[in-house]
Amino acid sequence: MATLTSSRALAPIGTAGKLFAFGLDVGRGLFRRPFQMREFIQQAWFIASVTIIPTALVAIPFGAVIALQVGGLIKQFGAQSFTGSAAVLAVVREAGPIATSLLIAGAGGSAIAADLGARKIREELDAMMVLGIDPIQRLVVPRVLACMLVAVFLNGLVSVVGVAGGYVFNVVLQDGTPGAYLASFTALAQLPDLWQGMAKALVFGLIAAIVASYKGMNANGGPKGVGDAVNESVVITFMLLFVVNFVMSAIYFQLVPPKTG
Amino acid sequence: MGVEIKVEDLSKSFGKQLIWGDVTLTVPAGEICVMLGPSGTGKSVFLKTLIGLLKPDKGSIVIEGTDIASCSERDLYEIRKLFGVLFQDGAMFGSMNLYDNVAFPLREHTKKSESEVRDIVMEKMDLVGLIGAEDKLPGEISGGMRKRAGLARALVLDPEIVLFDEPDSGLDPVRTSFLNQLIVDLNAQIDATFLIVTHDINTARTVPDNIGLLYHRHLAMFGPREMLLSSEEPVVRQFLNAQRVGPIGMSEEKDADELAAEADQELPPLPPIPMQLEPSNGIPRRSQREPGEWCRENGITPPPGSFDQNMTMTTGA
Ligand SMILES: Nc1ncnc2c1ncn2[C@@H]1O[C@H](COP(=O)(O)OP(=O)(O)OP(=O)(O)O)[C@@H](O)[C@H]1O
Ligand SMILES: [Mg+2]
Repeated sequence: MATLTSSRALAPIGTAGKLFAFGLDVGRGLFRRPFQMREFIQQAWFIASVTIIPTALVAIPFGAVIALQVGGLIKQFGAQSFTGSAAVLAVVREAGPIATSLLIAGAGGSAIAADLGARKIREELDAMMVLGIDPIQRLVVPRVLACMLVAVFLNGLVSVVGVAGGYVFNVVLQDGTPGAYLASFTALAQLPDLWQGMAKALVFGLIAAIVASYKGMNANGGPKGVGDAVNESVVITFMLLFVVNFVMSAIYFQLVPPKTG
Repeated sequence: MGVEIKVEDLSKSFGKQLIWGDVTLTVPAGEICVMLGPSGTGKSVFLKTLIGLLKPDKGSIVIEGTDIASCSERDLYEIRKLFGVLFQDGAMFGSMNLYDNVAFPLREHTKKSESEVRDIVMEKMDLVGLIGAEDKLPGEISGGMRKRAGLARALVLDPEIVLFDEPDSGLDPVRTSFLNQLIVDLNAQIDATFLIVTHDINTARTVPDNIGLLYHRHLAMFGPREMLLSSEEPVVRQFLNAQRVGPIGMSEEKDADELAAEADQELPPLPPIPMQLEPSNGIPRRSQREPGEWCRENGITPPPGSFDQNMTMTTGA
């Protein structure tokens, strides 16, 4: 009984360990030639195609909400001249990476987990290994790289669309002046904000793809197992991404002191 | 030339559930073996263990001096090049059409030109009767066709060891007998070692040189075809003759009551041992033995009517 409880309690640690080991395997596969260029391009195209439109659609209300909140708050402080800058900060630093992570995990990661899971239960992965081909090098590495690339790209998209959405909202609905919005861009925001957004997106893409691949490749128990794998991979990725987002933000603020307007 | 597989003391469990234990057998080089067993006794698990997809808990599997159970990942990928494997559901790559599926191993492991690849692929497709279906995706064809395509892919690199997981399930009787003939002809032609998992009694009785039976978490018996077909051992006898009377019940094992009720039932006599299937060109295979040779050597009288050329297949009650 005691061993049963302890083994249950320790199970998540075991899983975390296996996930980490899987990540290392992927890291090793990264340097194994030949690199699967075709698979990489196909996957990047595929992940981009399932994420671009939802991302853009999510980014607009994100930008609008931020403009609304920040705009209201800033008016109370009487610092309207910083509206544009505050929106940029909020979108580029936080909303961009968060929206990216939602879409990468929800749309990209679930597609990867479903694809690999289906291959696993159809014994395609076994057949591949028997034919002397390592599925990690062949299938997982291109997916991880594609996911990272698309994540960075999406992050850029969210930033642009979010800022534009904020602009429209601020200028059209809140009677802000276009000049003030644009002119204040660089008042608080700085270039490293952009870099850290991209760094976050890269890491998010990496985590989402690795978790999805791991869950997909370890699916078992028929079609239901694939469903479970997809579900678990999305939930685990969400939790990991939010934690990692926090940690990376905290580190960023230590490294790069906020600009004082 | 065919390669021997030496399995010693092999055990495999998933968690606390033992699948089979202490399996010891030698699959002789160049011979055809059939592995039988009720559903769920771990035949597929056994095949996957032989190619190193599953790690056994203990024991060894030695092929050409390498122990599959303990060798490095790299050696494993090397050894696997000797194998051609047909998975239970064909395991075709869903994103490629049949032609690319069959060509896949050639493109990966050989430097053959596309025209050479085409020749080999078409030859194998012809062998399994799939000419005309090259452009179909695996999702668009029947289970039997998928299986035959899997067979073509398994054979494309001229393997030394061929593992078949139920090549005949999902095939109609005519295709099944063609397939059996194909297996015997292939063995004569390439001298590879064949290990076939099947539920088809007719296949088990006429095709192999050796038969094994997995039952109740162990290897009940493994040996020459005639030894098992003339065996009085209850499990072997029941399974090979597809009878209801015997220790195997609907849920693997019968309980004591059921067995007691059967105690005084007369067992039907052993059916005669049929002739082994011969290669279609009439030239005997290298591993083929004279009909009745094993029985003579071991002083066993085969059931009456055995080895009759004109005998019709009977598989008991
Ligand atoms: N990956 C796995 N994890 C846990 N249990 C497994 C796994 N693979 C197989 N099993 C169990 O092992 C047992 C044997 O399965 P296996 O597929 O080898 O049976 P089989 O003899 O091939 O049956 P069939 O004739 O129906 O194909 C089953 O009880 C199955 O539940
Ligand atoms: Mg099976």
